[in-house]
Amino acid sequence: MAHGPAKGFTRWLYTTNHKDIGSMYLWFSFAMFFLGGFFALVIRAELFQPGLQIVEPNFFNQMTTMHGLVMVFGAVMPAFVGLANWMVPMMIGAPDMALPRMNNWSFWILPFAFAMLASTLFMEGGAPNFGWTFYAPLSTTYAPASVTFFIFAVHIMGASSIMGAINIIATILNMRAPGMTLMKMPLFVWTWLITAYLLIAVMPVLAGVVTMMLMDIHFGTSFFDAAGGGDPVLFQHVFWFFGHPEVYIMILPAFGVVSAIIPTFARKPLFGYSSMVYATASIAFLSFIVWAHHMFTVGMPLFGELVFMYATMLIAIPTGVKVFNWVTTMFKGSMTFETPMLFSIAFVILFTIGGFSGLMLAIAPADFQYHDTYFVVAHFHYVLVPGAIFSITAAVYYWLPKWSGNMYDETMGKAHFWLAFIGLNVTFFPMHFSGLAGMPRRIPDYNPLWADWNMISSVGAFLFGAAQLLFLFIVIRTIIGGKKATAEVWEGSHGLEWTVPSPAPYHTFSTPPEVK
Amino acid sequence: MLSISRRSLGLLFAVAVAFLPALVYAGEWQLNMTEGVTSVSQSVFRLHMVILIICVVIGIVVFGVMFYSMYAHRKSRGAKAANFHESTTLEIIWTVIPFVILIAMAFPATSTLKKIYDTDNADLDILITGYQWKWKYEYLGEDVSFFSNLSEKSRQQIYSKAPKSADYLLDVDEPVLIPVGKKVRFLVTAADVIHSWWVPDIAVKRDAIPGYVNESWTLVEEPGTFVGQCAELCGKDHGFMPIVLKAVPQAEFDAWLAEKRAAATAIAEAAKQQLSFEELYAKGEEVYISRCAACHQDNGQGIPGVFPAIAGSAVATGDLASHLSVILNGVNGTAMQAFAEQLNPVESAAVTTFQRNAFGNNTGDIIQPIDIVNFQQDQ
Ligand code: HEC
Ligand code: HEM
Ligand SMILES: [Cu+2]
Ligand SMILES: [Cu+2]
Repeated sequence: MAHGPAKGFTRWLYTTNHKDIGSMYLWFSFAMFFLGGFFALVIRAELFQPGLQIVEPNFFNQMTTMHGLVMVFGAVMPAFVGLANWMVPMMIGAPDMALPRMNNWSFWILPFAFAMLASTLFMEGGAPNFGWTFYAPLSTTYAPASVTFFIFAVHIMGASSIMGAINIIATILNMRAPGMTLMKMPLFVWTWLITAYLLIAVMPVLAGVVTMMLMDIHFGTSFFDAAGGGDPVLFQHVFWFFGHPEVYIMILPAFGVVSAIIPTFARKPLFGYSSMVYATASIAFLSFIVWAHHMFTVGMPLFGELVFMYATMLIAIPTGVKVFNWVTTMFKGSMTFETPMLFSIAFVILFTIGGFSGLMLAIAPADFQYHDTYFVVAHFHYVLVPGAIFSITAAVYYWLPKWSGNMYDETMGKAHFWLAFIGLNVTFFPMHFSGLAGMPRRIPDYNPLWADWNMISSVGAFLFGAAQLLFLFIVIRTIIGGKKATAEVWEGSHGLEWTVPSPAPYHTFSTPPEVK
Repeated sequence: MLSISRRSLGLLFAVAVAFLPALVYAGEWQLNMTEGVTSVSQSVFRLHMVILIICVVIGIVVFGVMFYSMYAHRKSRGAKAANFHESTTLEIIWTVIPFVILIAMAFPATSTLKKIYDTDNADLDILITGYQWKWKYEYLGEDVSFFSNLSEKSRQQIYSKAPKSADYLLDVDEPVLIPVGKKVRFLVTAADVIHSWWVPDIAVKRDAIPGYVNESWTLVEEPGTFVGQCAELCGKDHGFMPIVLKAVPQAEFDAWLAEKRAAATAIAEAAKQQLSFEELYAKGEEVYISRCAACHQDNGQGIPGVFPAIAGSAVATGDLASHLSVILNGVNGTAMQAFAEQLNPVESAAVTTFQRNAFGNNTGDIIQPIDIVNFQQDQ
């Protein structure tokens, strides 16, 4: 091996090693997950019962906004980039990422972006309070002064994501080991390749829309100001042109993760590999032509409503194909239920439930009743929490022995799973009911009609939060010590990452492996 | 392994039991979407139930297969893994069947949507304008218009420890009335940020967007009272701008319109009277608490960086004309809206007097309703 890591803090500051950078992304995301989770618990504490008890409405709005932004841009996206950093080179037999210095840069600008975003909480007028969707003119003419910092932070996050995506594409297309043809790549690599293209396509659109806001706020333009001839609906079109692909950016790599884990613990190859690849590509394509399903109530003409309704319904098909393939992979397997498998199975079930409510939301006339209620909050948490978060958790349990060389404690892992699983369902399932019963989202106080469901949700949220503290404990304990892991780690594991020792050496595949 | 899986089953059971009381109570706890009272809301409800049932059935099949293999094909039961991993036939089947289901679903969805969009031939037009954080209703051609705010009763309960009333946050000072059996068209717009006018029982949710006038309609057959809320985040008090819609018989509706018009004339008369400082101050305090305190706060301190303080404000202690201009015309491009159309001259005079004398702003100024009328005529 060439050389080991440098000593001290500069190792992390100057590193160009994909494993170091991957770890930093993962720890950063973990920290943001706790920060965003803290904001969520403030929200849930206020909503525990009707009336205002803990926070003022303006601060409540800051909490929902910061929670959404931190979870989406701080917890989920960096976690997947961290996983890609660690696993993509090891899965395709490459020594490192294609652009290691850019890799360092794309990570290190993130802490600054989020420090800036978090600092707005302490500014006069408070943090952004216009929702993570920041609809104009609430986010322009009527925004607190801190919106400018928000815009700058979003720009930095976007730059980081774009650089990360370019790096991943360059690595996958150029650095595969001999014999690793595209159709032999593990699905995690495939889903990330497609995700990276989505990122490059839509992050500039996000940058564009926040720049237009900046212009409206400081330079007297009126892109989104009706009084100046601008158009508030234009904002929503541009935002969701970014926003809908964004939700797939958060879920496609998750598909890749569970497609790696389920075959391992079913001891049976993934069913329908090529149809999985095509389904991922179709989902990515369709994600560009459905954005206005978030805008069924803005008053589009009938024809527009119909087109977006039909296109959205179509997405159910490739998504269904994926679920059927996972289930068929389990069918007639020889299954065991270690923690990563438990999280993956929960992923399939709960993500499918989120998919069902998504299909319901696609029916435009019904969406007139669902839109902007807690039904939507239930829907997107069913796809994001058991979707993105559970898959990331599963990935950590699955690959942590490879990263650290130690096995985690299986009993504790299972305890974490059950606490999280129960907490999640107790939190989010009742939101379907309060939403259908008419509770709007983003409100700090509500009619007693919805009180019981809200109380249950709040209890579940604190349970879920506690489960994550256990997770932190398990991860730290595993890194410090524990039963030594073998190179294969799992009985049923397949793939290049399992051919290197555990923990994976600082440099892997300096000479490319041969893939048959 | 086996013992662990038994434990897991036990846990699952425990969750189910924990939810059981919830299900038993389901009668009291509203679980489902309202069917509503119009033909539109009922077809929306049917669509919702159909798609829900389709999802539940697919779910039972898929999860059934999954749970079966989780039970039967576990290593601890000695299951040997098969090696199949591809079947074009299967892939085609599970692409085509969902496609057919979706097409079947698209037909009723399309026809309901067409019905929702058919706003022609309305008997009555109501222009609804969203403001931070109240609704304005204008009966076009009837010369009636008014603002509808969260009721004082609800406002009092927000911070109180006492149990909330059943209509907490869902009651207003002035409900919007419509005649039964008539097709009513709603024209929805906004004066500041985006709001959304939503009444679940008639399945109408239309975004209120500055610069746009969106259309929607309803036809309610039986008298009744229906409540709703703003459904688009519109700032601090987004959770506090309810809607109360009353459907009443035509005769009652006509009488109500006449009463509204008479009240408007009475207000014009009242503007001519002279009031004492005490009367103005007391009335002004009332108006301030219900119309201004949401932003400027009960204690006049505002929210730093968001809403300016009235206490010690250079405007409220300075030149009267510019103070009146801020209140009556608002400040363009800020949350400070023009109150000229929301407050009558008596109320405007009272709140101005109040602001110039409360919170330590002891200017000693008294503003009479006639001053307001003159100020507006001079503009
Ligand atoms: C929706 C929030 C909101 C409401 C309700 C509101 N205001 Fe304001 N008000 C503002 C804002 C924002 C400003 C600052 C405008 C600016 O930037 O000049 C302001 C400014 C003022 C000022 C000038 C203060 C100063 O020192 O600059 C006065 C006076 C005032 N409002 C009076 C009232 C009165 C009287 C009412 C009730 C009838 C009222 N406001 C209701 C938001 C509100
Ligand atoms: C710890 C578990 C979580 C809890 C208890 C929780 C709770 C909530 C609640 C109650 C809201 C609704 C606020 C409102 O509308 O008033 C909300 C909004 C939201 N959550 Fe979560 N959440 C959790 C995890 C997540 C995760 C992991 C993500 C993303 C990956 C996420 C993304 C969002 C988004 C995008 C919003 C919308 C914010 C907005 O309305 O602008 N949440 N969350
Ligand atoms: Cu979408
Ligand atoms: Cu609102």
